[in-house]
Amino acid sequence: MTFIHIAIFLPVIAAIAIAIIYRYVKDVHLGWFVLPVPAVIAAYLFSLIPTVSTDGPIHQNLNLMPRIGMNFDVYIDGLGLLFAILISGIGALVVLYSIGYLSKEEKLGNFYVYLLIFMTAMLGIVLNDNVLMLYFFWELTSISSFLLIAFWYTKDKSIYGAQKSMLITFFGGFMMLGGFIVLYIITGTFSIREMIGNVDLIIDSNLAPFAVVLILLGAFTKSAQFPFYIWLPDAMEAPTPVSAYLHSATMVKAGLYLVARFTPVFAFSELWVWIILLGGLITLVWASFNAIKQDDLKGVLAFSTVSQLGLIMSLLGVGALAVATGANEEIFTVAVVAAVFHIINHATFKGSLFMVAGILDHETGTRSIRKLGGLLTLMPISFTMTLVTALSMAGIPPFNGFLSKELFLEAMFEISHANFSALADWSVLFPILGIVGSIFTFVYSLKLIHGVFFGDRSYDTPKEPHEAPALLLISPIILSALVIIFGLFPNILSGTIIDPAAMSILGTDTALNTQISHWHGFNNPALWATVAIIVIGGVMYIFRNSWMFIYDYHKEHFTLNYLYDQGLLYSQLGSKKATDGVMTGFFRDYMVYIFGFFVLFSIITTFFTGLPITFDDFADVGIQDMVLVIIILISLAIIMMTRSRMVSIIMLGAIGFSMALFFAFFRAPDLALTQLSIETVTTTLFLVCFYHLPKKSKHEETIKFKFTNFIISVGVGAVVILFGLSAYSNRLFESISQFHIENVYELAAGGNMVNVILVDFRGYDTLMETLVFGIAGIGIYALMKAKVKGKDDNNEEHA
Amino acid sequence: MKSTLKRAGYSKVQRQMNDVFIQFTGRVIFLIILLFSVNMFLAGHYEPGGGFVGGLLAASAVILLLIAFDFETVRKMIPINFHLIISIGLFLAIAVPTALYFFGVPFFTHQHTYIDVPIFGEVALHTAVAFDIGVFMTVAGTALLIVSLVGGMDD
Repeated sequence: MTFIHIAIFLPVIAAIAIAIIYRYVKDVHLGWFVLPVPAVIAAYLFSLIPTVSTDGPIHQNLNLMPRIGMNFDVYIDGLGLLFAILISGIGALVVLYSIGYLSKEEKLGNFYVYLLIFMTAMLGIVLNDNVLMLYFFWELTSISSFLLIAFWYTKDKSIYGAQKSMLITFFGGFMMLGGFIVLYIITGTFSIREMIGNVDLIIDSNLAPFAVVLILLGAFTKSAQFPFYIWLPDAMEAPTPVSAYLHSATMVKAGLYLVARFTPVFAFSELWVWIILLGGLITLVWASFNAIKQDDLKGVLAFSTVSQLGLIMSLLGVGALAVATGANEEIFTVAVVAAVFHIINHATFKGSLFMVAGILDHETGTRSIRKLGGLLTLMPISFTMTLVTALSMAGIPPFNGFLSKELFLEAMFEISHANFSALADWSVLFPILGIVGSIFTFVYSLKLIHGVFFGDRSYDTPKEPHEAPALLLISPIILSALVIIFGLFPNILSGTIIDPAAMSILGTDTALNTQISHWHGFNNPALWATVAIIVIGGVMYIFRNSWMFIYDYHKEHFTLNYLYDQGLLYSQLGSKKATDGVMTGFFRDYMVYIFGFFVLFSIITTFFTGLPITFDDFADVGIQDMVLVIIILISLAIIMMTRSRMVSIIMLGAIGFSMALFFAFFRAPDLALTQLSIETVTTTLFLVCFYHLPKKSKHEETIKFKFTNFIISVGVGAVVILFGLSAYSNRLFESISQFHIENVYELAAGGNMVNVILVDFRGYDTLMETLVFGIAGIGIYALMKAKVKGKDDNNEEHA
Repeated sequence: MKSTLKRAGYSKVQRQMNDVFIQFTGRVIFLIILLFSVNMFLAGHYEPGGGFVGGLLAASAVILLLIAFDFETVRKMIPINFHLIISIGLFLAIAVPTALYFFGVPFFTHQHTYIDVPIFGEVALHTAVAFDIGVFMTVAGTALLIVSLVGGMDD
């Protein structure tokens, strides 16, 4: 455990403190206590920049379960550090912003605890070398995102958005895990660096395409790429600080990170390159086209985020070609630099735009562009920030968006010349798609500026508009200032952050010495493309009313959302139908299913494998054993005969206590003890429940019903006895108990083997069992409380 | 308890109607069982016992009180929130194995040492005990939560 590990887990540790502070400190806004956490982490990470860019990656090992290869190995290279700085830096700004945004009446404790969990999860993703841990943190971001979207959980739309994002990102995450396992099968390691080292094995493997598709599913769902982008617009129900942080600056970029991280592994694969390239470009065009139609400010920004992510994704696709063809290829290296640069730029301008959208919402009471207008004089600071950031997004000089956008166009032009594939003839499409997407981007950026701040002052806003308080303005002002600074002096970034990150994507050690310049001369096609984008976009915006009708052709029935809703509806209906057919509400029926299948499959299995039994080394049966067996048999007979429930319960207890005696006779005192105490508690539980049990049903016990039960019980008994005998007769390998006997004192300093296994040798099992135990208790609590509150007591009939 | 008696024919269960003998002995036996459960728990590493059994025994001690008295009275006797016990137990169960990193060993590699205490002689110190306390608390808390929920359901 090193300082870096502690830095990663600091937010979660702080979350515990925050939860306690929330309970007792009511006067001060909780955000002030949270703010130092990301700030400290950011400062620490900044201090690592010189080390990483000169000495190379930092690597710190932390063994978690070394035997199966699940370790938390921190690996900080340029790429990871870039993301980590974004996460902690923007995190600090967002927390600051949220202090002004969320009032003290909100459930701030929940909000900040989720946010801090998210920070740890995100840092864990990007500063990690082990794919199993990466998967763990990946799902943790999905969970915290789900919780944050559903922060206002009384609203139906929040629940809908949260569920949608969870279903889609969990689906992707699960697929990604499958991809990791495929990679493990191929390379035999869970470490990403070792996978990169064994890239030859992956090239030769037939399984590689599966890994490519599965991992890309994870990346595409997380980064909201076409056709999985539909969850992101609905995720805008979250509070605006969350949208700015998770759904624009950091979490949705996890997919990009994944693609960048695995570029050295998969770059050889044409499948990888094509999916990323085309997926990214289609997303860019489609989402930017859809952004224009949105009326909700955050809706515009959501689609804009999707399209910008598509842009970066396509750049990474070009970058993958760079790795495949050798990093010397100048063109492709430019693409990777552009991707990294745009990740930074997007975080600055989009974060700021989201915050301004939140300010507008906060100060006017609406986010509808139609209702807003003419706010220029009322909110001059917000206007300036929107102007700077939206123009940066549109790719207008001298802001940072212009620089990366131009690099993007350059890469797209160059790739159409590159001869890399059988499909290279189609590559002329790339610059065209890129330019079309950029034109749409220009149009909606203009719409944002013009629609909100110019035009007639509208008076149907729910609140009287005025400039926001300083607390809300600080964070977006800092981000807007960065937009300008990075735009004017891009090379303060290039040597320190962009180059190391690009080098780790490219998998090279040779320094890139990137110089980002504003002017490339008149021969540069990207320049003319930019001019064309501005001219065409401007014309399109001016005449927007004459072509907006084309959106009407996009009927609701053809949208992906419709597909998702219908899919969800029918899967719910279908599963309800399926369960209604099986779930009768009678416990005895479920027992019949379970034991019926048990008997059936046991018979089928033994039919193929045989069931050899020998009676050679069995012990003699003593008198005390016989007595116990007779007691058990008599109790069983009474249970079957009696009509009284009380007698059944007592007899069941008798069987349990006899079993405990059996354990004692066979010298297993631990088992006997546990059995005894469990028997005591369950018998009491039975007695306690007694009153609540339904009246004995008047179920007609037909011959057929009894006969089925008889067959199944005889079958279960026979199978258990035969399997037990067979298991005892066939020892295929040495029992593990010898190891335990030998090591119980050596390794664990214990005398009682059973307990040492529980708390030490198999401690993980016990931990999980304890967890299950606790969850079960709390689950029963929730069920009982819900039942007491609800008046619907029909369920009691079937207990 | 209350509900059982109700079903057996008592329409109104009053405290006086319960057996005075079980109430008196219950209080004494409660302490004995509780001490025995602690003994069980501590013996765990060398002799039969451990967190799970100890927890169940501790729970059954309280259950005995629940049988002797009614739910409300036991609540007053032991004013502890069972949720809190579960939470602390789970926290210990996860925190102890994690804290082992400070010894520079992987997750769940328990550490132990022997110290000489005057009078008692050599005593073993083992991090597994702290983990087992977590198990003990979770098991006891959950068992009690369930029993008290089901028992106190109808009022």
